[in-house]
Amino acid sequence: MAIYINENTPILIQGFTGRIGTFHAQEMIDYGTNVVGGITPGKGGTTHLGRPVFNTVKGAVDETGAEASIVFVPPPFAADAIMEAADAGIKYCVCITDGIPAQDMIRVKRYMRRYKKDARMRLTGPNCAGTISPGKAMLGIMPGHIYQQGRIGIIGRSGTLGYEAASQMKALGIGISTSVGIGGDPINGSSFRDILEEFEKDPETDAVLMIGEIGGPQEAEAAQYAKEHMKKPVMAYIAGLSAPKGRRMGHAGAIVSAYGESAAEKVEILKAAGVTICPTPAEMGATVATVVATLKKVA
Amino acid sequence: MDIHEYQAKELLSKFGVPIPRGGLAYSPEQATYRANEIGGSKWAVKAQIHSGARGKAGGIKLCRNDSELWEAADELLGKRLATVQTGPQGKIVSRLYIEEATDIDREFYLSYVMDRAAERIVVVASAAGGMDIEEISHKEPDSILRVAVDPAVGMQAFQARELAFGLGVEPGLVQRLERIILGAYRAFRDLDATLVEINPLVITKDRGIVALDAKMSFDENALFRRPQISELRDKSQEDPRETYASDRGLSYVGLDGDIGCVVNGAGLAMATLDMIKIAGGEPANFLDIGGGASPERVQKAFRAVLKDKNVKALLVNVFAGINRCDWVAKGVVEAIKELEIKLPVVVRLAGTNVEEGRKILEQSSVSVITAETLGDAAEKAVAAAKSSAQAAA
Repeated sequence: MAIYINENTPILIQGFTGRIGTFHAQEMIDYGTNVVGGITPGKGGTTHLGRPVFNTVKGAVDETGAEASIVFVPPPFAADAIMEAADAGIKYCVCITDGIPAQDMIRVKRYMRRYKKDARMRLTGPNCAGTISPGKAMLGIMPGHIYQQGRIGIIGRSGTLGYEAASQMKALGIGISTSVGIGGDPINGSSFRDILEEFEKDPETDAVLMIGEIGGPQEAEAAQYAKEHMKKPVMAYIAGLSAPKGRRMGHAGAIVSAYGESAAEKVEILKAAGVTICPTPAEMGATVATVVATLKKVA
Repeated sequence: MDIHEYQAKELLSKFGVPIPRGGLAYSPEQATYRANEIGGSKWAVKAQIHSGARGKAGGIKLCRNDSELWEAADELLGKRLATVQTGPQGKIVSRLYIEEATDIDREFYLSYVMDRAAERIVVVASAAGGMDIEEISHKEPDSILRVAVDPAVGMQAFQARELAFGLGVEPGLVQRLERIILGAYRAFRDLDATLVEINPLVITKDRGIVALDAKMSFDENALFRRPQISELRDKSQEDPRETYASDRGLSYVGLDGDIGCVVNGAGLAMATLDMIKIAGGEPANFLDIGGGASPERVQKAFRAVLKDKNVKALLVNVFAGINRCDWVAKGVVEAIKELEIKLPVVVRLAGTNVEEGRKILEQSSVSVITAETLGDAAEKAVAAAKSSAQAAA
């Protein structure tokens, strides 16, 4: 089953005909993803990569019945594209764009509250590598071949560090149900907690690995949720142990500005909530393997 | 992006926040001239650096006459001022702000932040002004007032009024304070700030309200629509290594160690630094070369890392997704040749076309230490830095 996307999910590409959109759309199609069309305002009615191009998301949804979309629109226009998707009835949207102004994201989050919770689009990102349900569908820019199909969920802020985890797991023969990138921006569509909730409900996921980093309250919030609501084991690695306070480490959101936001403090909070900590980034795979072994024993 | 106090005050005053009369000076002559222009009998000479806590560090001097003004300006200009926020290396003082001295009756704290949990702009105020917010939340936590602004409608007058009454100002000043609180909010919103801090906001003995100190930071992702803010950037306040890298589109943060790092992706870069520490070494920098690790970018990254003369070894860690390892490997070999790098270079490649990439490194004429895993790479880099440091000694 996986979460959010599978081999049948009809998917739209927003920013379809641009250089980046074209490249990644082709990769997704090659992976077997059910890409049903794309949007580039002004190019509606044409065909691109063998799929129809539409002027508006609404028009595309009407024609194709698309349920998910991926946004490759440049930063000044990306917030608008996300709101357009929400308004058109898209259920799940991934925003890849890096560099969206924080106040634009505040507006996006506020805009989405106009929809009732069960009708509201789920947004992940921006500034993420996307979501992949290995062997089924890829809604992102990741190298699909490093992900083995299986029963562990991954939630991560960082793209390449997520690749690192997936390949460590593959080397140990451990597969992934779905890997969700939530992105490195300070205001993002979904938090660790939001995705944990989905994985807890998914019958094809046995345990979840969280890959967090310095900055922001979302890892601590997830710890609290895991402690109170998760039956499935949760593991975590937090990057930025050596990051100095007050310095932004690449990601717009990776900055320690309050108590509880340093890597060491987050590790303490997660540990106290019963989350298994990966001691080093080189041992993410090994930590998952240990937990998987105990699951098998129970079964 | 940070700006200077005088720049923040100028911006805020355009949004209706009153500030004391003041002017800029680049020399002692200008400092005395400015003071006479402003008039009065007492002035503050304030070092303009991108840091708070300047007063405690001796960066703000009260003067009563020309000779005191001259002396203060002469002492501060060209000095590296070290505050608790800048670290021991300090920041260079190349301009001064001369301001009329204010007779303070009461001091408040007022700030606007992007609250990540609330996903809103939050206004924070306290009647315990003059201290920094960490000190206030430690010493007088009950004095802190918070108001979250609904982004759909913006800050409302009643919210500002609640803060004004909450701070306990006399009724005659409430309306003026309300306008100031709303004005600073508009400055935050309209200029894409990430922080506005007025500390202290002062009620003077003659019942005026002025922003005595002001700090603003801006969202770098929004600079594309704020050219007037980009203009305020002062590169002399940045780490020159970081300026060099950011001018070339690289995300770099200078650190104090001796292992130079070139990594793709911010998370993997942080994890690489962590791994170096765990292996007993110290990273010289954080550097994310971004998604497409083209040969040109790899070379730019090497140049940026080598600007730091403390670097004793280099560690390249690239997880190729959309780019390919063979392409990255070619870039690394070219960069080593082109820049005639003599320091040990540890390279760890993973992902797409990893075998081809390793082959290129092994068969090249340059000497490269290859590593298979993240842990392996960190250990080899730490060992290489140690032996390279010993060879140099």
